[in-house]
Amino acid sequence: MALKLEHLIVRQGAFQLIADFEVPTHSFTSVIGPSGAGKSTLFDAVSGFLKPAKGRVLWQGDDLTNRPPGDRPVAMLFQDNNLFPHLTIGQNIGLALSKRRRLSPAHQDHVERVLARVGLDGMTDRKMSQLSGGQISRAALARLLLQDRPLWLLDEPFSALGPALKSEMLTLVRDMATEKQATVLMITHDPTDAHAVAPLSVLVAEGQANGPFDTAELLNNPPPALSDYLG
Amino acid sequence: MASRVVAIIPAGLVAALVAMPLAAVFLRAGGGASLAAGDWAALRFTVWQAFLSALLSCLLAIPAARALSRRRFPGRDSLVTILGAPFILPVIVAILGLLAVFGREGMISQGLHLLGLPRLQIYGLQGILLAHVFFNLPLAIRLLLQGWSDIPAERFRLAAQLGLPAPTMFRVIEWPMLRKTLPGAFLVIFTICLSSFAVALTLGGGPKATTVELAIYQAFRFDFDLGKAATLATVQLALVGTASLVLLRLVGPLTGDLGLGRVQHRWDGNSSLARILDVASITLVGLFLLLPILSVVLRGAAGLADLPASVWIAAGHSVGVALASTTLCIALAVPLASARHGQTVALLGFALSPLVLGTGLFLLLQPYTNPFEWALVVTFIVNALMALPFATRAIAPALEQAEADYGRTADMLGLTGWSRWRWLILPRIQQPLGFSAGLAAALSMGDLGVIILFADPERATLPLQMYRLMGAYQMEAAAGAALLLLGLSLGVFWLFDKGGRYGLEA
Repeated sequence: MALKLEHLIVRQGAFQLIADFEVPTHSFTSVIGPSGAGKSTLFDAVSGFLKPAKGRVLWQGDDLTNRPPGDRPVAMLFQDNNLFPHLTIGQNIGLALSKRRRLSPAHQDHVERVLARVGLDGMTDRKMSQLSGGQISRAALARLLLQDRPLWLLDEPFSALGPALKSEMLTLVRDMATEKQATVLMITHDPTDAHAVAPLSVLVAEGQANGPFDTAELLNNPPPALSDYLG
Repeated sequence: MASRVVAIIPAGLVAALVAMPLAAVFLRAGGGASLAAGDWAALRFTVWQAFLSALLSCLLAIPAARALSRRRFPGRDSLVTILGAPFILPVIVAILGLLAVFGREGMISQGLHLLGLPRLQIYGLQGILLAHVFFNLPLAIRLLLQGWSDIPAERFRLAAQLGLPAPTMFRVIEWPMLRKTLPGAFLVIFTICLSSFAVALTLGGGPKATTVELAIYQAFRFDFDLGKAATLATVQLALVGTASLVLLRLVGPLTGDLGLGRVQHRWDGNSSLARILDVASITLVGLFLLLPILSVVLRGAAGLADLPASVWIAAGHSVGVALASTTLCIALAVPLASARHGQTVALLGFALSPLVLGTGLFLLLQPYTNPFEWALVVTFIVNALMALPFATRAIAPALEQAEADYGRTADMLGLTGWSRWRWLILPRIQQPLGFSAGLAAALSMGDLGVIILFADPERATLPLQMYRLMGAYQMEAAAGAALLLLGLSLGVFWLFDKGGRYGLEA
């Protein structure tokens, strides 16, 4: 009983997505399906960027449906623009702890420890423009950790990285999620990603989100909607 | 969204600042007052000179913009940048420069005199047109240059492959672009020239060369006939309001951010005639724009040493007015830029002439206090309203972009209210904010408009003081004041614009 989408209907213009499933706590679930099928729409409903037309979003039995995005137990990584380019890494990450101009020494300390955890030790004062793609991903992950929310939504967060870096980041995310006991939903269009880190998978296709299925089973015997996409 | 609520207060303030003076004007005009023959003449002249100014600017811009779009030469980008400068150049400074070149005692007249030919006569319609072309030819060139840059490069390649002769190429590629671009450029310049005041004040006058704005001033200052001034203000409002509405409908709001315009690689224009034409256009435009400014600098340097104290006092007033005007303009522009209707409200400033607003404010203040004591306050408020459309136009796109790119990240972090402004929006709009502040400050610094309605000997701004020195034929001191004013206007623009880029990566 963790994240439950109860008879959820989300509409965006003429598009409609029906979602009715639940994923257990501390699980790592991939969200897979053809592009344009509504994977991001599903995330928007869970994170609060889109108000569902019908149904409810429940977390541990708590109704989230009417709460604003900043007030949900949800932390999200977007495909890009996760970090403000006009701030340093430290300022960007620190926003997860405090909105004040200056961080308290305790917060500062916390930021530095988390940066060290993702392999960015000593880079607190770097500007975003001085970072490589891999470092930006690590910084975004650091903020996810500092936000300290139990539910992580990852919207193809490492799609801009090369294959080696991407698999390194995925492993890091999985390890961190295990350590933090987070529940993770991750949109991906790459079945290898799902294989690598997500034991469970939700299939989004033809206006419906169903699951969760065992990832290996789903990918080995895909239903027609998925097999068309996987080719 | 919360910013909508925030935008209501400044929108209401702007509406009130515009509506109350207008109401005062209408009440005073009484609706029944009829126009005298002289007023009709002023109306006809206003439209006629604006028409001719726009026509000349557009026609002269065609060869110059064409040359700039197809020739690469050292200093090209600097020249295109300088084309943006007249916008923040104080009118009165430019007029002094134009007098130095085209006036009775100017360079050209001296040359003609040596040859035994009559001197140039600058005062009257020809002088007004000269000044209007000086200010608006650069704008026309930049608008057309943008049009040329926007022509897809493939069309020129195709034309070259087909071996199209120059006239055919002009007809099938360039003329369609001009047909789209020219009406907009013409209308913009026509509308700007309708509310020309300082130019008409200094180079026009008399029954044959009086604009409506100038007539308002004369009714006000010479006859102190407030009823007549109000009637004329109503006429001016109808005139500029109609032109602005047509402009908005046909062209859309004017953007201030024209790029450098890339040079098109073309395979024509290698004939010697084309080369001569291009070189001549660029040289003439360059000289026409630079010579007057250069002469202001050279003559002013001599007068700068012993400026009368009155000039320094006026300069102090101008700096204060410019800073106050900038503060008000930005304080109104930022919230207005964040709301759709706010931008419409901000456009009111474009449709109103400063002298109409000034007349209204005078009528409002008169029953309660001595309006002349409020000269500087009224000036900075009117200046802020005038700069407002440009500021909102510059800020709004950056604001929208910040929300589009990073709004969700900010939502996710729970950044609302002030912390959203502090962490997301202000850093992302820093550059257009600096640019707008520079624009507002420079426009206010150089403005010779509403201040002249209200001014008494004690409260002059620098442009007004300069005008008075010119009127008293103290040309040495006027030249010194002109250089000071030029330096201050360009200086405040540079400072604010630079400030807006502070800390940004190159």
